[in-house]
Amino acid sequence: MSRLIRMDASGHSTLAEWTVEEGYDDAVEQFRRQLEEGWIAVRDEGEGRATQLTELPREADLVILRRPIAGG
Amino acid sequence: MQHGAVSNAAVLPELASVPWREPTTAATLRRWGRLWTLWTVAWCVPFIAAGVVLVWIEPLAAAVSLACLAHAWIIPELYAHRGASVVHPKGPRNESAEPVAQGLLGDLLSHDARALQQRTGLALERGSFGVWLVGEGGVLLVAPGGRRVHAFCVRVSDRSLPPSDRIAHLLLALRADETGFATVANHAYSGATWRIRRRLRKPGRPALDEARAAARTPAGG
Repeated sequence: MSRLIRMDASGHSTLAEWTVEEGYDDAVEQFRRQLEEGWIAVRDEGEGRATQLTELPREADLVILRRPIAGG
Repeated sequence: MQHGAVSNAAVLPELASVPWREPTTAATLRRWGRLWTLWTVAWCVPFIAAGVVLVWIEPLAAAVSLACLAHAWIIPELYAHRGASVVHPKGPRNESAEPVAQGLLGDLLSHDARALQQRTGLALERGSFGVWLVGEGGVLLVAPGGRRVHAFCVRVSDRSLPPSDRIAHLLLALRADETGFATVANHAYSGATWRIRRRLRKPGRPALDEARAAARTPAGG
């Protein structure tokens, strides 16, 4: 089961779950809505690597939405 | 099979908010390091010289001379304090959500880095510029060789996030685009590792020790 999660005040919220067979289209809709609201999508690839996404990969295990960062 | 598209060759979107900044590279970091050293020397040498000359001219001015030497010592310490403070815990703790956030952050880290983060509050991450220590509202970068540390102020603006989520935000941005991350972050300090270590709170010092050790060994070594 793949998951789209958002890091928020609750720790993180699961926004969508999908498998290869079902749920992907709903997840894509949710994904696009979050990007329009200013969230940034990242797929962590371990060992110090992560990829920013503009489309939801069907085969991804986990896609994380984060807020923009800024110099403090 | 549909693949995710990498946004603009993996450039951090936040770079759009600082278009005037020169991209941070290993060379610019070395330059910053040299500038900080020169700046510190420029502050300290006049005070040291004044302290020595005063005693030489008038031994009874020893008290004033000591005050000058104290200034020469205190000024670099104040800068180091400023650098160390970027990784001090700050902001609301949001303790009810922290266990959930800690679980996600733990999933992003290796076993050793996870254990270190839980002990010290800082997440260790190797990068091409050196070894990073990621805190809630700032990061330290231990340069290759382990003798110099750069401190950066950088944070996610949402203060409702639990501390581990703030770290995870910075960690993911760093992993996605190290150059962009270092460019967006505000460079707050650069100086000797031993000096900044003294100004870190005790729980954070083992993380700096680990980062310094890692910075002395090549990746995978």
